[in-house]
Formats: sequence, C-alpha cells, structure tokens
Amino acid sequence: MSTPLGPAGHSPQRSLGGETLARTFRKISEKFWTAPLLPSTSATFKTGPARPERRKPLGTTQLLTDDEIRRALKRIAHEICERHHGTDGLVLVGIHTRGGPLAEALAEAIAGIEDDKVSVGYLDIGLYRDDLSKRPGTRLSRTMLPVDLSDRTVILVDDVLYTGRTIRAALDALSDLGRPAAVELAVLVDRGHRQLPIKADYVGKNVPTSLEERVHVKLTEIDGEQGVWISRP
Amino acid sequence: MDQPAMKHLLSIADLDRGELEDLLHLAGEFAEVLERPIPKVPTLRGKTVATVFFEASTRTRLSFERAAKALSADVMTFAPGTSSVIKGESLKDTALTIRATGADLLVVRHEAVGAAARVASWLDCPVINGGDGAHQHPTQALLDSLTIRQRFGKLDGLRIGIVGDVRNSRVARSDIDAFTLLGANVTLIAPPTLLPRDLEGFPVSISHSLDEVIADLDIVYLLRIQMERGSGPGLPSLPEYVSRYGIDRGRLERMSPDAVVMHPGPINRGVEIAAYVADDPRALILDQVRNGVAVRMAVLFRLLGAS
Repeated sequence: MSTPLGPAGHSPQRSLGGETLARTFRKISEKFWTAPLLPSTSATFKTGPARPERRKPLGTTQLLTDDEIRRALKRIAHEICERHHGTDGLVLVGIHTRGGPLAEALAEAIAGIEDDKVSVGYLDIGLYRDDLSKRPGTRLSRTMLPVDLSDRTVILVDDVLYTGRTIRAALDALSDLGRPAAVELAVLVDRGHRQLPIKADYVGKNVPTSLEERVHVKLTEIDGEQGVWISRP
Repeated sequence: MDQPAMKHLLSIADLDRGELEDLLHLAGEFAEVLERPIPKVPTLRGKTVATVFFEASTRTRLSFERAAKALSADVMTFAPGTSSVIKGESLKDTALTIRATGADLLVVRHEAVGAAARVASWLDCPVINGGDGAHQHPTQALLDSLTIRQRFGKLDGLRIGIVGDVRNSRVARSDIDAFTLLGANVTLIAPPTLLPRDLEGFPVSISHSLDEVIADLDIVYLLRIQMERGSGPGLPSLPEYVSRYGIDRGRLERMSPDAVVMHPGPINRGVEIAAYVADDPRALILDQVRNGVAVRMAVLFRLLGAS
C-alpha cells in the first residue's frame, strides 16, 4: 500500500506536455506531502533497501568471570612484586568507585605473596574532571590516603581504561596531594580508544572494543556479583 | 545524575530534602578538600564569581570568596560604596553590568526582601541569595545544618531552640525551613515582640521563657540582636533581654551535657552570649564559620559545575 519515496514513485515526465510547470510542481509536491510519512510507514523506512543493514545486536557477553578476575589480580600482584622486588614504598590508590575494592583485592593478593600488607588509599577525581559540564549532579566520594605519598611509588588502580581522561584527572589530583617518587597504573580491563598518551603498566585483560560497545564491571563489594561483561546497544 | 540541575539558590524552601542532603554530603567532601596540603582543586577554572553585597558582611563574603578560590574560580568583588550606585545606578542596571563584565554567577546580599530573586529574574546566570532583608539566608542554614550533622550525626528528632529576634532574622527563617525539613523539632524562644506577627504555618513551637525549656534542648541557637534591622523597639531594655534570653555561665551549666550553643555571628559578647560561653568548647561558632566555606563550595559546584 505504501510506495517507497523517490523519483520512481512520481514519474513526472508524462505530465510535462500540456501542463504548466507550476501545476506539475504542485502535483509533485502534493504527492510528496501526501505520501505516507508518519508511523505507518516507519517500518517501510527501516527495512527499505536504501538503508544499510544493521549489525545484529550482540547482546551481552561475559568477558571475565569471578574466578578469572581473581586470577588476573593474582597475576598483577605477582608482576608488581616482581617489578618492585617486594613491596617496599608501595601504595595502592583505587579510583572511585570500583578502583577502591580492586585496590583492596590487589593488596590482599600481594599479602598472599609477600606477607606484607600494602597500604590502600582512595581517590575521587570528580573535582578534576574536564567534562563536568556533561555530568550534572556529579556525586563526590571521600578521598582518603593512609600515608604521605612523598617518595613512595603510587600504583593507581581502576576498573576500565578507556579514553585515559580519568587517569589524567587522577594524575592531577595526585600531584595536588603529594609528590610520589613514581606513579604506575593497574587496570582490570583495557578497552582501547585512548584520547591521551596514557598506558597501563599492569592489565588484567586487553579487550579490543568498538566505540558503541559498553564494558560493565561488577564487583561483589558494590554490585553484589562479580564479573566483566561487554554489551552492544 | 537524575535530578534536574539546580538553577539558583534563593531560598531553602526551593529545595527538597534530597537536594538539601545532597548539598550537605557535597559540603562534607569539600571540608576534606580544605584539609589537604594544597586546599585547592581545579574544578571551576575559568568561571567567575561576583560577590554583590549591598549590606555589610564579614563571614558570608569572605567564605564565598574563599570557596570560589578553593575551586579555582575567579572572584570579582562589588562594593556599593565605591560603585556607581552612589551616582544612582539601579539594582537592575548594576546586576546587568556585573553580568556583562563576565561574571558567571552572582552572590547577592541586599536589604530588600526578594532582591536576589529579582536579580535572578533579570539575568541568564545562576544567582545565590547571600541574604535578603529579614527573609532568607540559605547558605547560613546549610552551614548550620552541616555543623549540627557533624556533631550529632543527624538532625532527625533533635530539639533545637532558636533564641532571640526571630522577627527580624533571615537566618531564623532559613534555619527553621532547613532544620524542620531535616526532621528536627524547632522551638522559637523570644518575647512576643520579637516573634513574627503571624506565626501560622511555621512548623515550630513557641516559648517565651528560655529557662523553662533550656534543659530540654540539644541545640541552643542564639540570634544576634540586630539594632540596625530594628531589634530595638521590640526590647524593653538590653539588660532585661540579657537577663532573660542571654546565655551566661549559669544557663550553660543548666543545659544538658551534650547540648551545644550556636550563633550565626557576628556575636555581641555580653548580650546574646557571655564572653565565657563564646569561648567554651560547647560553642560551635567557629565550626560554623569553618563549615561556611565548605557549604559555599558545594553550592558553587552544584550551580556552576554543570553549566
């Protein structure tokens, strides 16, 4: 019942003979405006041949299970101890929200290897963001550092490394809070698409993603379950 | 993230309990920022805050300026005595001029009720009411609520007595709104001449005798006797007021041991509050001032952080 829009549906050539141009135009435009456009045709639009075929929805896929997260953290713990020949002068600083529990878990994993509890701090970077205007109603959490950062090696811990802007903000925040000897970065998932020259020192899992995909990290302490998922809208 | 962004802060009555608690939570976080070795964050870099005070102020103006600077905003200070107001420039033209010179937010204090709201209606930027006549002083109520929350954990169920010249006090009006919104029971304690003429709709109880209720209060909130705003005609004499409504050592001792004394400042030592009491650890007057900075950072952050 509904014809697709376009030149084929109008065939204006025939009427050009006896009619004035204005009349032809009116006819065409009448046909154009009365051609069904609104909801009833939207289905035609979507399935019409001109439209590129949509990628099948991927739904949600699990990237890491609870066990895999634990193993990844254990491996990162080993890498940290190996690189630093132990735990002397290390501080783990989790970036709110999910970096906090991850830093705690990492400290526990390190304690299992080195018999030494590394101090854990929390950093809220809300006040250092460069995109506050896009985040009305931003909530803040408490920044808590257990020790003076001066001359220590700070290992920032976050769940997902994406554009790098969070880490940029965290570095700014850290430099206002003290002068660490060095800053390193540990993340559970690196999904790529950096907008700044930032690179993680320890990565749980590298996940190549597209921009439209979303990575969801859930941690027992915050979400009641644990795992990493990827979804495509 | 779900609630619509606040546009102005003109009156506590514009806030619901959620928004009020959000501001107090934020203020608590900013109090932590103020304790850092470098008590400054870059959040409002590039924004300009103008303090436009047509009335005298020490605390409010200084803490707004400190709050703006701690958030890395720039500050412009307007003082009527050295401005074109002397030449007769109107409030509207003054406000438009300040906005046109590049202010992103105006903090307005004026002797006329509703002045800040009028300014807000003329401008396309956020306006904070820094006190309008005897009407409202919302940031004072926020810092008072924060001070009480730090001390008692919550306001729910607390018994707060507001003592003194309620009639001429914008602090009292904002405090009544905020304290009752947060669940406290408020009693106004004053001679009838210093109470508002029409108390209908005020969610408060009334007492004319401080001595009758003082032992039952968790917080004794003293208002300043404001000679410049017309406290005088409501008073038989200052010494009589002091003897019936001033807090001295004797009354301090009759308060419950956990109870505290608050005052919005500036204090009249020897009038509302004896010098001895003002220096007692149970007087939270300087905590109130300290919290003023954190609370004003929270308000600036909410109004400018998302614009």
